Amino acid sequence: MTAHATHTSDHADHAEHPPWLAHHFDTPDQQFSSAKLGMWVFLLTEILFFSGLFCAYAVYRRNHPELFVDGHHFLNTILGAINTAVLLLSSFTMAWGVRCAQLGKTRGLMNCLIVTLVCAGVFLGIKYAEYRVKWEHHMVPGQARIAALLGLESPVLHELAPGEPAPRGFHPDHEYMGEKLRHADEEAGVRILSETLYQTQLQERIKRLGTFFGIYFSLTGLHAVHVICGIIAITWLLVRTVKGHFSAAHYNAVDCVGLYWHLVDLIWIYLFPLLYLIH
Amino acid sequence: MQTAPVDEHAVPADAAHAGSAHVVPFGVLLGVFVALLALTYLTVAARYVDLGSLNIWIALGIATIKGALVVLYFMHLRYDSPFNSIVFLTALAFMLLFLGITILDTIQYAPDIEEMRLMQSP
Repeated sequence: MTAHATHTSDHADHAEHPPWLAHHFDTPDQQFSSAKLGMWVFLLTEILFFSGLFCAYAVYRRNHPELFVDGHHFLNTILGAINTAVLLLSSFTMAWGVRCAQLGKTRGLMNCLIVTLVCAGVFLGIKYAEYRVKWEHHMVPGQARIAALLGLESPVLHELAPGEPAPRGFHPDHEYMGEKLRHADEEAGVRILSETLYQTQLQERIKRLGTFFGIYFSLTGLHAVHVICGIIAITWLLVRTVKGHFSAAHYNAVDCVGLYWHLVDLIWIYLFPLLYLIH
Repeated sequence: MQTAPVDEHAVPADAAHAGSAHVVPFGVLLGVFVALLALTYLTVAARYVDLGSLNIWIALGIATIKGALVVLYFMHLRYDSPFNSIVFLTALAFMLLFLGITILDTIQYAPDIEEMRLMQSP
């Protein structure tokens, strides 16, 4: 099948093979396609891994559609859309980086990897801001227990006394959550008779949304863990690029990390409409 | 840049890759990126149009088009060895099997559960 069938050609090949070609491979091409196939098999396990959570999503949404419609009002669509664009940009620069690696453009590869890393950081920063608001509004399932376990300070829900004027929004520093919901509710025809009553009802609604937020945090949290792993892998690529480890003939690692990063993007492409854009 | 140490040992390009590495033109990558952004805008806009139960299928359809663009061009599957595509499609097939059977089961038992609820309520 290959040119190494005879002893002499095999010997000659050993004399000239590049240092990065492992001995159990005949040719660089064989090594490259084996690494790539291995990466695809890993991605297969990743897809099946995530499908467990997608399955939980599908079953709960099928059984309780009204909870998902209500729950998505508590997510910030604008931040979700910005994060989608940021992740798409990072995927584009990663693909561009692979192209630079294939053409042996070390400088271009370096720049692409840096932009990809910055995008990944921005994504996590926005995700942190979203999680923070959820924490401050007591939307994390089992929040009191988590706070006790980690020694964190969990904001105490203010129980309103009858007739007590409620603050607009739950937290004086984060009013937009209350404002956004109020707007959505008014559009849906909800008549807000009393501010106190409305605030109490909101708190009741959040208590009922435990399952929705459980699925939201599992899916986006697992995805965020993948983003963090991607940041580690891309940083490793960047160090190796600066050290001059890659060339047009040898860039397996860039290609494989690229595939992983695109899968992280692919999963977010589904998460965004399924969580933020429920009609 | 500091590529000198490796480049000295690098084999000629023709020996390095015999076909499994296709270089996607920059214009194609940029076009795919712009299309992905446009489809993101479309999916956000579609959320505000009331189409009843069609909304979820439109959202999933747009996401699948976006996913296909990422897989075919950014992940090179269009140019790659078909064996990698088989691996990917296998993952999708088993995921659909998993989700499909579970949802069928959920739908199947929904009336029974509803009946039980009615019987239990005073």
